Amino acid sequence: MKLTLKIWRQKNTSDKGGFVTYVADHVSKDMSFLEMLDVLNDQLTERGEDPVHFDHDCREGICGMCSLYINGKPHGPLQTTTCQLHMRSFSDGETITIEPWRAKAFPVLKDLVVNRSAFDRIIQAGGYVSINTGGVPDANEIPISKTIADLAMDAAQCIGCGACVAACKNASAMLFTSAKISQLALLPQGQVERKSRAENMVAQMDEEGFGACTNTGACEAECPKGISITNIARMNREYFSAVVSSDNM
Amino acid sequence: MILDSKIPAGPLAEKWTKHKFSSKLVNPANKRKYDVIVVGTGLAGASAAASLAELGYNVKAFCFQDSPRRAHSIAAQGGINAAKNYQNDGDSIYRLFYDTIKGGDYRAREGNVYRLAEVSVKIIDQCVAQGVPFAREYGGLLANRSFGGAQVSRTFYARGQTGQQLLLGAYSALSRQVANGKVKLFPRTEMMDVVVIDGHAKGIVTRNLITGAIETHAAHAVLLCTGGYGNVFFLSTNAMGSNVTAAWRAHKRGAFFANPCFTQIHPTCIPVSGDHQSKLTLMSESLRNDGRVWVPATQEIAEKLRKGQIKANDIKEEDRDYFLERKYPSFGNLVPRDVASRNAKYVCDEGRGVNETGEAVYLDFRDAINRDTRKIIEQKYGNLFEMYKQITGEDPYDMPMMIYPAVHYTMGGLWVDYNLMTTVPGLYALGEANFSEHGANRLGASALMQGLADGYFVVPYTVGDYLAQLAPKQVDDTHPEFAKVKEEVQSRINTLLNINGTKPVDYFHKRLGKIMWNECGMARTTEGLKGAKAEIQALKKEFWSNVKLMGTNEELNQTLEKANRVADFLELGELMVDDALNRNESCGGHFREEYQTPDGEALRDDENYAYVAAWKYLGEGQEEELVKEELVFENVKLTQRSYK
Repeated sequence: MKLTLKIWRQKNTSDKGGFVTYVADHVSKDMSFLEMLDVLNDQLTERGEDPVHFDHDCREGICGMCSLYINGKPHGPLQTTTCQLHMRSFSDGETITIEPWRAKAFPVLKDLVVNRSAFDRIIQAGGYVSINTGGVPDANEIPISKTIADLAMDAAQCIGCGACVAACKNASAMLFTSAKISQLALLPQGQVERKSRAENMVAQMDEEGFGACTNTGACEAECPKGISITNIARMNREYFSAVVSSDNM
Repeated sequence: MILDSKIPAGPLAEKWTKHKFSSKLVNPANKRKYDVIVVGTGLAGASAAASLAELGYNVKAFCFQDSPRRAHSIAAQGGINAAKNYQNDGDSIYRLFYDTIKGGDYRAREGNVYRLAEVSVKIIDQCVAQGVPFAREYGGLLANRSFGGAQVSRTFYARGQTGQQLLLGAYSALSRQVANGKVKLFPRTEMMDVVVIDGHAKGIVTRNLITGAIETHAAHAVLLCTGGYGNVFFLSTNAMGSNVTAAWRAHKRGAFFANPCFTQIHPTCIPVSGDHQSKLTLMSESLRNDGRVWVPATQEIAEKLRKGQIKANDIKEEDRDYFLERKYPSFGNLVPRDVASRNAKYVCDEGRGVNETGEAVYLDFRDAINRDTRKIIEQKYGNLFEMYKQITGEDPYDMPMMIYPAVHYTMGGLWVDYNLMTTVPGLYALGEANFSEHGANRLGASALMQGLADGYFVVPYTVGDYLAQLAPKQVDDTHPEFAKVKEEVQSRINTLLNINGTKPVDYFHKRLGKIMWNECGMARTTEGLKGAKAEIQALKKEFWSNVKLMGTNEELNQTLEKANRVADFLELGELMVDDALNRNESCGGHFREEYQTPDGEALRDDENYAYVAAWKYLGEGQEEELVKEELVFENVKLTQRSYK
C-alpha cells in the first residue's frame, strides 16, 4: 500500500505547529498503525529529519499510553486503541490525517504527544479508598454480589487514555472521572468516603479546565474499552446527593 | 568474596516472623527525617512507594511513562496466586512454597520463596480493601481458578485484566500519598545512574524526558522497581519502553547481576508477521485447555501450506501431527511453558512450521467447537478470539489459530539478599528487577504476587531496618560525587548524539534481538553461545560508531531515549551469553542442548550448579567475575520433572 500522511508537527508547547505531508510507501496491511509510523520514523532518521514523536508503550491495548486523532476520530476508525489498529483498516492510496488529542487540559508537548497529568490529579483528588497497608479484614469478610462486582469491573476497565476528552466537543472528562467514582460508589469499600470523593473529584475536574457534559455520547462511542455513559448519570447522582448533604466542612 | 543471603536461621515457617522482630525500627517521629527514592511505578514500585509514605517516610517516585498507571504490570492477564485455600482443595502456604520451588527447577532460595507464599494471603486482603473488583461467585465471595497446570485453585483474577486492576489499586494508594504530600511524583523522568558514596547508595541522576534536564536527587535509600529486561530480544511481550537501564547502571556501580540467562519463553503468542514487527502479543495460556497443538506430519505438506497452495482445513487427520499429545500422553497440550515452547521450536526447525515464515504452529479449536458447540467456546475465549482476529485478520472459529513462543519474563535480575538489598548497601531491587523468587522458571500468576509482596509487605520492614542504622540527618546532593556522576551521564549523552552515523537505533536493536533469540533463546549450545558473544561485541562496536540520532538533549527526544536503553542492552546481552555458557546444565527456562535426558528433557546438575550465579562488574571491556551463592535445601527434595 502507498499512503499519504498529513501529520501534525509541533516542536514544543509554545510552538504554533502545523501539518506536514509525508508519503508512506510499501505499507503492509498486517502492520499495526504504530508500526507504520515506526517505519516512517526510521526513514526520516536516515534522511536526517526529526522523527515524529508519539506516545505508546504496551502496544496491546491496556496501558492507555497511545493516543492519536486519526481522520477525525480518537484512536482511528475502530473502537480500539491506536496500537491495536492495523493498516488493513485503510485502503491503498488513502490520505490519513494524524493529530494529537485536542483539549485545553491536555497541552501538546511535542508533535502528537500531549500532557495528560490532569487525569492523575483528578485521581489524587479522591479516586481511592483511604486505607493503609496492613490491618485490613480478610478478603472474604467483605461479600459483594456478583452483579455489583461485575458493574464495578465494567467501570474499572478504563485505561485513562483520554479518548473521551478528545472525542467530546466540550473536551469534557466526565466519562473518565465517572468511571472511577462509579467503581468505588458501587462497592462497599467505597461507601465511607462516597460523598467527599464525588465532590472533590468533580471539583478537580473543573479546575483542570475540562468542559461540561452535554450528553452527546461521543465519549462512549469512541471509548476503546466500552465504558458506558451510565457512569456519568451515576456520577451526577452521586455528586448532587453529596452536595446537598456535604461531608466537606 | 562470599555472598551473604542473610536468610535467618531456624525453621522455615518461623524465619520471617523472627526476622521482622529482630529488624530495627525507626522512631515514628523520626521517619519524616528519612528520604527514599523509588524508581518505577509498577506493582512493586507503586506498592512500595505508597506503603513507605504511609509509614511516614518522604518518598520520591519516578517513572518514564506519562503516568504511574502505565507501568507494564498493567498488561498481566491471568491472575495472582495466593495460598488462601478458600476452595478447600488442599492448598496451604507450604504447598504454594513447594510448587514455586519445584516450578523454578530448584534454583531459588527456600527462605525467600516461603516468605512469598506466607505474605501472599495478605496481598488479596489488601487489594480487596482498596476496591479491586476481583471476580466473585454468586454468594458474594471471591472466585478462584486453577492456572498454569496447578493442582489447586488458588488464582484470583479480574476478568482477563488482573494486572490492570492490581496496578490501579496500587496506583490509587500512591495517588493518595501524592495528595497527602508524602510522595513527590516525577513522571516522564528516567533514571540514568545511581550515586554511590562511601559504598552506600545515596541518590540518583535522572533525565527529564520533556526538557532533557539532567538532575540529581539525594536520599537515604534507593529502591529499583524497574521490571525485567526481556526487550534485549527486541521482540517480546514487554512494553516498548521496558528496559534494563536502571538495573544495568546500578550493576556498573557495584550491584551484582544474578542469573541473567534465566528467561521465560511463553508458548502461546501471536507469531511474527514481518520485519516491521515491533512487539509480540501474548494469548492467554488458558487457550491450551481446549485448543490442540499441531503441525503437518511432513515437510512437503508444510511447504504447500506456506506457499498458500492448501489451507490448514484441507489437511487430513492422518497428516496432522499433534506433537504434544504424541510425546506427552498424560499432560498433552497442558505441558509447562518451557516444554511446550521448546517442542514448537523443534517441529519448526524440522521444516514443519506453518505461516509464511515457517515459524508458527497451529492451535486448533475445531474439535472443541464440535464437542462443546461454538457458543460455549465463545463464552470461554470470545475476547481472545476477537483480539487474535484484530491482529492477524483471520477468524479462529473457521481457521486454526497460529501461535509461536515469545520472550515473556526474566527470572534473572539484580542480586538481592533476604532484605531485598543489592550488594550496594542502601540500594534495593524489587519485583521482576531482582532475581530472587522464581529460580529458573516462573509459575503462571506468580509475577503479580511477587511484585506486591515485595512492595507492600517486605520492603517496609527491611528498609526500616537499614534506615534505623543511619543518623536522621538531612541529605543533599552537594557531595562532589553527584556532580561527577551527572557529568558522566551528560557526556555519555553527548557522545551518543555526536556519533552521527548512518543507521537508526532500531537497526541495532533488531540485530541484537536476532542474535539473542537464535543463540540464547529457547535452546542454547556452547558453539552458538560463543559465536553470539563475538557477534554482540562486534555489534556493540558498530553501534558506538555508526548509530544515527536526531535532535538534541534539550527537548523531548525519543530516539535518544531508545539509544540510551539499547546501549545497555548490548552490554547485558553479552553477560547473558556468558551466564548461559557458564551454566553447564539445563534447568527451567535455560536449556542447553548438550544437557538433556534421553527423552529430551532438561537435565539438571545439582551437584555442580545448585547455585546462584552472581556477576560482578569489573570495568569497561573486562570479563565479569562470577561469584557463587550456594543454594541450601533443608526442606525440599530435589527431583526430576516429568510430564510423560
